[in-house]
Amino acid sequence: MTGRVIGVDVGGTFTDLISVDTETREVSVTKVPTTLDNQAFGVINAIENVGTKLSEVFAINHGTTTTTNALLERKIAKVGLITTKGFRDVLELGRRTRPQPYGLKGQFKPLISREYRLEVPERIDADGQVVIPLDEAALRAAIKQLIDQDVESLVLHFLHSYKNRSHEARALEIAREMWPNRFVTAGHEILSEYREYERGTTAAINGAIRPVLDRYINRLQDELTNQGFAHDLLVMQGNGGSVSSRIVAESAVNTVMSGPASGVMAAAATCRAAGIDKVITYDMGGTSSDVGLVQDGVPQVTAELDLEYGMPIHVPMVDVHTIGAGGGSIAFVNAAGMLQVGPESAGATPGPICYGRGGRRPTITDANLVLGRLDAEKLLSVDSPVSLQEVKDLFVSEIGVHFNMNAEEVATAILQVANNKMAGAIRMVSLSRGHDPRDFALFAFGGAGPLHGVALAKELSIPRVVMPARPGITNALGCVVSDLRHDFVNTVNTPLASLDIDQVQKIIRQQIEDGKKMIERDRVKTEELVFLFTADMQFQGQSHMLSVEISGPDVTLEELQKRFDEVYWARFAVELPEIKAVLVNLHTAVIGRRESLDLAVLVGSDQKKTLGEAERTRRPVMFDGTLFDTPVYQRDALPSQLDFAGPAIIEQLDTTIIVEPGCKVTADPIGNLIVEV
Amino acid sequence: MKELDPITLAVIQNGLIQVCNEMDLAFVRSAFSPVISEALDRSDGIYAADTGELIAQGELGLPIFVGTMQFSTQAVIERAKDVKPGDIFIVNDPYLGGTHLMDVKFVRPFFYKGKLWSWLANTGHWPDLGGSVPGGFSANATEVEQEGLRLPPVKLFKEGVLDEEILSIILSNIRIADQRIGDIKAQAAALSIGEQRLTDLLDRYGEDVVSQSIKELKARASEQMRAKIADIPDGDYHGVAYVDSDGVVDEPLKIDMKVTSKGGELHFDMSGSSDPCMGPMNSVIATTKSSIYLAIKHIFPEVPINAGTFEPLKITDPEGTFLYAKYPRPVSGCAAEVSQRIAEAVFNALVDVMPDLLFAAPAGTSGNLAVGGYDPERDKAYVMYVISGGGYGGYQGGDGLSNGCSTIGISKTTPIEVMEQYYPVLFEEYSLHEGSGGAGEYRGGFGVNYKIRLRRGQARASMVMDHGRYGPLGALGGKDGGLNTVLVHADGKDYIPPHLSKDQDIQIEVGDSISVSTPGGGGFGSAFKRDPDLVADDVMRGYYSAGQAEERFGVLLDETGQVLRPETEKRRAKA
Repeated sequence: MTGRVIGVDVGGTFTDLISVDTETREVSVTKVPTTLDNQAFGVINAIENVGTKLSEVFAINHGTTTTTNALLERKIAKVGLITTKGFRDVLELGRRTRPQPYGLKGQFKPLISREYRLEVPERIDADGQVVIPLDEAALRAAIKQLIDQDVESLVLHFLHSYKNRSHEARALEIAREMWPNRFVTAGHEILSEYREYERGTTAAINGAIRPVLDRYINRLQDELTNQGFAHDLLVMQGNGGSVSSRIVAESAVNTVMSGPASGVMAAAATCRAAGIDKVITYDMGGTSSDVGLVQDGVPQVTAELDLEYGMPIHVPMVDVHTIGAGGGSIAFVNAAGMLQVGPESAGATPGPICYGRGGRRPTITDANLVLGRLDAEKLLSVDSPVSLQEVKDLFVSEIGVHFNMNAEEVATAILQVANNKMAGAIRMVSLSRGHDPRDFALFAFGGAGPLHGVALAKELSIPRVVMPARPGITNALGCVVSDLRHDFVNTVNTPLASLDIDQVQKIIRQQIEDGKKMIERDRVKTEELVFLFTADMQFQGQSHMLSVEISGPDVTLEELQKRFDEVYWARFAVELPEIKAVLVNLHTAVIGRRESLDLAVLVGSDQKKTLGEAERTRRPVMFDGTLFDTPVYQRDALPSQLDFAGPAIIEQLDTTIIVEPGCKVTADPIGNLIVEV
Repeated sequence: MKELDPITLAVIQNGLIQVCNEMDLAFVRSAFSPVISEALDRSDGIYAADTGELIAQGELGLPIFVGTMQFSTQAVIERAKDVKPGDIFIVNDPYLGGTHLMDVKFVRPFFYKGKLWSWLANTGHWPDLGGSVPGGFSANATEVEQEGLRLPPVKLFKEGVLDEEILSIILSNIRIADQRIGDIKAQAAALSIGEQRLTDLLDRYGEDVVSQSIKELKARASEQMRAKIADIPDGDYHGVAYVDSDGVVDEPLKIDMKVTSKGGELHFDMSGSSDPCMGPMNSVIATTKSSIYLAIKHIFPEVPINAGTFEPLKITDPEGTFLYAKYPRPVSGCAAEVSQRIAEAVFNALVDVMPDLLFAAPAGTSGNLAVGGYDPERDKAYVMYVISGGGYGGYQGGDGLSNGCSTIGISKTTPIEVMEQYYPVLFEEYSLHEGSGGAGEYRGGFGVNYKIRLRRGQARASMVMDHGRYGPLGALGGKDGGLNTVLVHADGKDYIPPHLSKDQDIQIEVGDSISVSTPGGGGFGSAFKRDPDLVADDVMRGYYSAGQAEERFGVLLDETGQVLRPETEKRRAKA
């Protein structure tokens, strides 16, 4: 298929778009302000901005924060719940936790208020046996009551439906008959895992955002169609894959957290093309940073993320961990006289001091400015300029006076403390998933990732850093390169010793069939189908699980045991022949690969022959307390063959790259800069 | 040596905490005891080579272990002879810096360049240590021997090798022993990870710099705590809390907490508390002190934890009271229950003088219910624990959280769908305990009701709970939270435990049921000041009945649930 493909990602501040002509290899990118009330305006603006004719576009893949924002701001649909008698409060009581380990304040507001949570007599036990049959008359009465209460979206959630779905399925039939719209969600449709709070909350989230997403996507699709777009829009999901707009709202919960996921997908595609198999992704923005892991071109996926306190989402999602440190993180001296950085952030307003919006407290961005790492004249989003001297004075009066340090020393200290803290968080993220960061490359993107990437890699003993061609629009690129993806998880929870392997194989085969059907429903052209099979396993008596890759529908008991032993040893250095292994969940991801994009199209068009020609200017920059006369290069102008050593600053429209003294820089054919630390 | 710069200090502080976090993480992810893996009932730390003082502790360690492990590490130091690399001491003796017997500590000497440099230790709650009832929470033990196996500090690992003989003694004396080898390996492996990481840290920054930083960090933490305490006006403050009974003698136990704020220090005097008791509600001194530490940490969550943090907290040993138990007093209730009453007494003492910082009393009982029996269908013995939360207290600006975890814990409940897979029971209800939130301008959060029915075989039920007689205290005119109740329906009759919240070995058969309701949190401020529309919302949601709205909040509603404003104003003015 030829023509244009568009990736458009809506972030908190900007909507980013990348449009690629697969024939002429022409690439356009743009950044427009996000239109929060209706993100569709920003999307349409971005398309108009690059002048792409929609009739020539064969695919648009859209990453939207509509559902994430709706949840965080509680701008959700009016939802009702019908559940097993005796258990309507499960969604409000949670798992007996509190927001913070210390401090006994804080609140929790359930997604479905108590007056809209109703019960019906029915009960299935843990073996899947019916203890109390479904009372259909009571069910009809409950549905009617919720309709009378003007509830828009209905959620059905019965105990043990992961084991026996018959009651929930029958209730779904009846509800579909009676409910005035399409918005009926049954827990087992969203996921088939045990744990009533997590499954119920995931279903409630789906119910709460389904009408919101449905309205948004329909409006956007209509708008695009009116302007000549002849296909179904694709929408990014949290699992890093996409799904057709015609079915996306049914599983609206899958689109939550899709923004960070698309960044990781772009990293995966880029590194796969560059032949790098283990990558830690680092996306640093204004208030926080996202860390992810990619192995063999596939991002790590988890089904245990919490969107916020008390809001677990147990559908498979790209495992992205958010760290509370970004360019706007504030540095201060605490009551014990210690220098601290974050987690408080200056945000967009008042923002860092140098933004000139009234910020008076030193931030990480200001520290980069004081040390010459950022170019004061080129700083974006400056409303009323603040002089460099003013920033330096504040560094001294806010922090320097405590330690008898000048502004440059304060800035150096802030960066060191901040980098140390971020590196610690990255270590914990990789270790908690059983990986040693030293085996990985760091993929630094986002507006501020390339500023800190090399320093972080040093701190973590990571040998090399990959700076992609367009670090600031990585999420939009992720939309362009992402494939269709559907995930299926079934709980088995049986020790290997008593496991019926035929049954296991049957489940996997069913998952494959279901996946193929979903891909057909997407009605999007794919090149091939790829399947990823994993098993969640544990020793009998444990509650945590390890995810183990398995071969597929022909898996054997021996293979399960062997794979689990290997992974357990790699993670904990413990062998436990004394105790039985248990297969908890089977997870199959069905991926419909779309035509892959040649990432070399992203390489700048303005390449010069020599490094010298790419040098825009030189300026003094401080590294570890010493000033270096540092060349500043224009990224687009860098020659394709590169081999030079830092210090260097490489500027481009969407970010600034810092190369510390002594680090070696090379380039690869698809436009990545590789920095050896 | 050159003076420490602020960067190095911050970096070493993060580095030490991270060593502990990594130990915490490895331990919890590989443990078998659900009390460790799900309830996070464990902690890891680094302790000084000579004094055993706390150097650093993981951020997600169980709050009650704040400070206790330094006492058990000290006990090891006093008794340890011939300490070699790779040795690991095991100890659970409550009187030697412990809590209850189920909290088993591993203490490992850490050598750097051939010299004993510090100690690494962790604690994990084992599901059973023997004793008269499964799970160890005997409600009517009168000697510690009835509570389980008591281990003085002994080397379970000698130069890295597990001592199979000691292991066999332990495994022969505890229930569900087959999975303990998993916990022992997990607990020891976590310390090995700590050893690697601490060695890396010392290699990187140098021994001198790290030692000097530790000293400096201790001084800084102490300064920071003093700065916080300075906000509490100098003076004497008095708080109380009551334990329903000791499980043997049906009389309440009183905690009498005098707190004196003076010159940046807080002095705690509990000498007016009840005498040592017959039953297992005695507290050992390590637990008593740790309860005060954790109460203060709940009030000032941002202060880091090391030995310096505790330095301005001066605790007079409460000799002669039930808060300073000596051998052979039974102590199984100290970590889960008495500790929380001690913390409540501290909150109660300080809430009037620091109303913006504090809160009314939280439910503060762990609600331990253990059902042990035999499942004929699976031909298997089992012990099932149900541990419950309750409502938190209201506070300036907010209502209390419902179903919060115990003050001393940070655990999650086990899902009903998991419980029913493992045990022959059916839950018939898991719901919000209506009306239990203490009335106030900011009301308390709500407790939980649950009901379980036995489906197969026979079983015995035991429980150690509290707040059955006195609800969690309200503050600044707020009302107390609702009570904990237990109702057993067995043999065709209803049975309420004579001690209300504590009992042991209640026989149940197929079809019998146990119903438990847990306490709500205390209310904060006068209930007659609560916004009447919020009361109407609470009634609409069924949190309170219309009658309770009138009686407790002075709010009258019409038949559609709308506030009758003139009538409400009149009713409130009358009070």
